[in-house]
Amino acid sequence: MKFTSHQRREDIIVQMTPMIDIVFQLMFFFLFTFKIALPEGDFSIRMPSSKSSSGAPSETPLLKVRLRATPEGELAGVQLGDVAFNGAAPFQQLHSKLRGLIPDEAGPGSSDQEVEIEADFNLKYRYAMSAITAITGYIDENGARHTLVERVRFAPLGE
Amino acid sequence: MRIRARGPQGIVEGDMTPMIDCAFQLISFFMFVINFSEVETDQRVNLPMSELARPPEAPYEQPLTIHLTDDDHFIYGGRELPTLAELRSELLQETQIIKRHTSKKVAEVTVIIRADEDAKTGMVQRVIQACQRLEFEKFALRGKQSEVSTERP
Repeated sequence: MKFTSHQRREDIIVQMTPMIDIVFQLMFFFLFTFKIALPEGDFSIRMPSSKSSSGAPSETPLLKVRLRATPEGELAGVQLGDVAFNGAAPFQQLHSKLRGLIPDEAGPGSSDQEVEIEADFNLKYRYAMSAITAITGYIDENGARHTLVERVRFAPLGE
Repeated sequence: MRIRARGPQGIVEGDMTPMIDCAFQLISFFMFVINFSEVETDQRVNLPMSELARPPEAPYEQPLTIHLTDDDHFIYGGRELPTLAELRSELLQETQIIKRHTSKKVAEVTVIIRADEDAKTGMVQRVIQACQRLEFEKFALRGKQSEVSTERP
């Protein structure tokens, strides 16, 4: 049996236009929805109301950190108990003092120390966040994260 | 003088391959960097920086996210609420939904607080207090991850 060969083979032209249209639409979608944002992270705290507090009271005395604010909401002073920290880096001083007080060699959670932050109402939140950072832990020279205090809470507000 | 025609002019087709290559590479790049989990972010809130703020090890189970702007407005469920009383009423509705339609306790639900770095700390405390009165116990104070130390104001 003889197969007849197709004498005239037409060139198949693939239509690229629709694909390019879609590709560009996708590209513009991603371009316009793209935003450069730093990743976010959390400080997880457990703060039951004083009425429903079910957690066992800590045996170690509560440390109180006082954050004072200027009328504009800037940081005016940091105090740990009766010790005031002045100078350019009060949170670093606070952190150093806390590290001296709380042993953290046994690993995270080894200390049940609780710290209460009492901040002026109008203090800018960034300072409260810096205080929480200074209290909760540190990152060593190798980039490893160490937990210093896990139990941080805000002092109750006056009505 | 006789001008000679140059013969049949064919359709000039540019080579599209490099352009398509580039376009696909761009699409692939954007596809990998796009993050749909940022749906709970809000451009009106500029978070404070912290080098210790880290994403949670496991995602929160149906958390509530409260945004607090620098002009003491609250954003909850996509709605801007100018007063704490309005936020309280929204949260009250939320607690009723949790109690009636889920098996979870209110105390097990995490409240994510995204407060602006210039917001008043007292307002954050008020939000926490309002949540505590509605039996919420777990809070996540959100900050922007920083590579540098934030202990120097």
